[in-house]
Amino acid sequence: MTSPAPVEIERTESAEEVFAVPEPDVPWVTIVHNDPVNLMSYVTYVFQTYFGYTKDKAIKLMLDVHHKGRAVVSSGSREEMERDVQAMHGYGLWATLQQDRK
Amino acid sequence: MPGHFEPLPGGGAAVALDDVEISIIRSLAVQLLELIGPGPAADTPDDPLAELFAEGPSEPPADPVLRRLFPDAYSDPEQAAGTSAEAEERRAHSAEFRRYTENDLRAGKRENALGVIRSLDALAPVDEGGAVLKLSPEESREWVGSLNDLRLAIGARLEITDEDDTDLLYRLPEEDPRKPMVLAYLWLGGLQETLVTTLMP
Repeated sequence: MTSPAPVEIERTESAEEVFAVPEPDVPWVTIVHNDPVNLMSYVTYVFQTYFGYTKDKAIKLMLDVHHKGRAVVSSGSREEMERDVQAMHGYGLWATLQQDRK
Repeated sequence: MPGHFEPLPGGGAAVALDDVEISIIRSLAVQLLELIGPGPAADTPDDPLAELFAEGPSEPPADPVLRRLFPDAYSDPEQAAGTSAEAEERRAHSAEFRRYTENDLRAGKRENALGVIRSLDALAPVDEGGAVLKLSPEESREWVGSLNDLRLAIGARLEITDEDDTDLLYRLPEEDPRKPMVLAYLWLGGLQETLVTTLMP
């Protein structure tokens, strides 16, 4: 029989130090860019299927991409946005992420 | 109706294809598979674990089709270039993203293309020179993704970079060498459009 070595207290201190480094609290965004190949219906389908957006919201975002050349389709942590961008690339949409500096 | 998917009762979709159409889609899907390949990081020996943990590439692909299929994640085309330090940071982030995602993305696109080939190879001819392709909803999702990849690939080869290019291609003279590829591009667009409609939630 053995019990865990009593290192709890020391470990807590160093763990706190690691987590003390703050990420600046600015959200990240996923941007989908217009391209002349992707079908408007397909882009709408992707927004509905992947993000679970309503048909109205998906169509509005698709039209933003089409007319303005780009649209912010999601926002959140950097990790979440990397996941979204990877998913968009999987569907063949042209997407990038960036910090939402206004 | 040629080149149009119709929804099946209970889910899925069907399209009638003749032998030439079947062989065109199959050959395009095989070319896409060969182009995507296992990726530059898969030159590992026959160790499945090594392959599983292999990192992807950090540089964008040289081929324009692959560059379109696997774009940089951190380079916004409209963002002001900023300082060279910022541009360098975005390049570094794109490279890191690529290392951790490109192998998976390549695998996903290969899976979809293989799904297309598998369903074509399973077709039983109904009469001379044609067959009816029936897809389950899951197969339809593979198909719609792969049709999109094929159109992106052809679009990159035809150098379609804005909407005016598409208009120009519609008006190509018959003798233009790009004509067959343009016709395939438009035909695949019709297939994809009608297939998407059957998948709409």
